[in-house]
Amino acid sequence: MIVVEAQSLQKNYNGFPAVAGIDFKIHRGECFGILGPNGAGKTTVVAMIYCFLPISGGKLTVLGKDVTLEPRSIKTKLGVVPQENNLDLELTVRENLLVYAGYYGICRSEAQKRAKELLHFFGLSTKADQEVEQISGGMKRRLTIARGLIHTPEILILDEPTTGLDPQSRRLIWEHLRKLKKRGLTLILTTHYLEEASQLGDELIIMDKGKILEEGKPLELIKKQVGAKVVEVEISPGQSHALLGTLENLISGYQIAGNTIYLFVAEDENAAVELINSSGYVQTYRVRPSNLEDVFLKLTGRGLDYAETEETGFIL
Amino acid sequence: MQKLKKLVSYYSPVNRWALKVLARNLIVFRKTWATNIAFNIVEPLLYLAALGAGLGVMVEDIEGMSYTQFIAPGIVATSAMWAAAAECSYDSFVRMHFQKIYHAIVATPINLEEVVVGELLYGTFKSVLSGTVIMGVIAALGLVLSPWALFTPVVLVLNGLVFSQIAMIWTGIVPKIDNFAYFFTLIVTPMFLFSEVFFPLDVLPQILQQLAWLLPLYHVVALLRALTIGLVSAELIYHVMWLIIFILLIFPLPQLLMRRRLIK
Ligand SMILES: Nc1ncnc2c1ncn2[C@@H]1O[C@H](COP(=O)(O)OP(=O)(O)OP(=O)(O)O)[C@@H](O)[C@H]1O
Ligand SMILES: [Mg+2]
Repeated sequence: MIVVEAQSLQKNYNGFPAVAGIDFKIHRGECFGILGPNGAGKTTVVAMIYCFLPISGGKLTVLGKDVTLEPRSIKTKLGVVPQENNLDLELTVRENLLVYAGYYGICRSEAQKRAKELLHFFGLSTKADQEVEQISGGMKRRLTIARGLIHTPEILILDEPTTGLDPQSRRLIWEHLRKLKKRGLTLILTTHYLEEASQLGDELIIMDKGKILEEGKPLELIKKQVGAKVVEVEISPGQSHALLGTLENLISGYQIAGNTIYLFVAEDENAAVELINSSGYVQTYRVRPSNLEDVFLKLTGRGLDYAETEETGFIL
Repeated sequence: MQKLKKLVSYYSPVNRWALKVLARNLIVFRKTWATNIAFNIVEPLLYLAALGAGLGVMVEDIEGMSYTQFIAPGIVATSAMWAAAAECSYDSFVRMHFQKIYHAIVATPINLEEVVVGELLYGTFKSVLSGTVIMGVIAALGLVLSPWALFTPVVLVLNGLVFSQIAMIWTGIVPKIDNFAYFFTLIVTPMFLFSEVFFPLDVLPQILQQLAWLLPLYHVVALLRALTIGLVSAELIYHVMWLIIFILLIFPLPQLLMRRRLIK
């Protein structure tokens, strides 16, 4: 069952196209990842889904309802974890949940019960009566997620849930999100961490500059775009094209960044490695499984967090 | 018909969703009410002491009232004005801009217009509360001459709505929190000085007397003074009507400006 559907969805900020006509469908129970670098338009997309930003064009339906016509009834069924924490600093941890429950019109005793369960689930029970200012960044993030679940929503939207957290806090949040997924909750997750996208995402869209570059399941995307293995080769810049010439039939694409060439091996990595070895151009090389970063690199010519590469080539 | 619908829609956020926003603020208020009220009371009483007991000695009775009696209702009105104006300017700005509480609330079924109305109701609540408490203190000091003063909270509701809205309009506009200084210097302070709080307006040139009629606080002071001395007549209806019409007329503005500010 489709729970969110966008058709030629657009958003302009004073004429600047932050989302430039995109289409996607989100199904019940899946974790839908929106992957992209800073400024790709991820926040803008989810803010339109949770009816904060009005859409500038196209059509967007959430749970079968049009966002421009029935925002209130849509919002009743969504949980939102925004990119910037906006917990209520004048309230304690528990009060944050109770007051938020109040906004949804949940009665006091039900709210108490839900808050207790959620604090327990997110490991915040011992902090329940502390001021929000006093808890750590990772705990604040978990509290924000708990708050988004207080009314048992059908869809939970998470805008960069782990950005700025240390690796341990990040893993802990992934753990919680996995459990929520198991319970059948639909998750919409934006991120610029490839690991996060591949760990949690069932379906992904890769966005850049307001457009969707690619979409699909993480593993299929990798397989389709870059193959299973990548060979990273150190080579002096003058010789890279000579090497590429000899490999032409064995690779599906490449990227040159300084002294490194990333070679996306089409099928047979052993044959490619043999050629690389015997070519005489190569100082050192390394074979590793390919990942979403490579996909992104190939699609955009730049990494999510890295500088632009100098040359990208597709060999089709 | 379409236009009428649109017009009505500006008043529809006065609903149960807005009350939930008010409820949030009241929960916070419950934690801080003691200091909150203490602060609101000390200053007006200092004014009353300095002006009444000090300046008052040198001033003749005005319209049969001692100077302290004359200024007492004005002090109630101005402190209530300050309470509403401060709440819906500095405090609302902090919630809106720094704490992003409005953003957090509009992700729930509540919409931005209802958040704004909830904030106005809270500004009004604080204003009515502090004005009423001060009126109580003034009554205890023997400066209230008539039981009509029991109607003070009704007038203060109008007063609170007026100044919560005016402050909220600024909150919808000012780029930075420092800019509220203009609001207090250009709007609140003149209101305080020229609304017949400290002297009868008939000592001023005709033109200034007429301009005072445009100040909402002038009407509030007139009402409260009439109530405290028990000079209640049908003419007071004009002041009440003035305030109600003003409230209704500017009611759409805080909502429109806040939407323009926050939602791109
Ligand atoms: N209120 C706004 N006014 C004008 N431009 C905006 C506004 N909000 C976002 N933009 C622009 O729209 C584009 C998309 O922004 P958005 O915040 O959706 O990106 P994002 O993918 O969430 O990025 P990040 O990873 O930094 O959060 C950016 O170029 C941004 O500068
Ligand atoms: Mg973002």
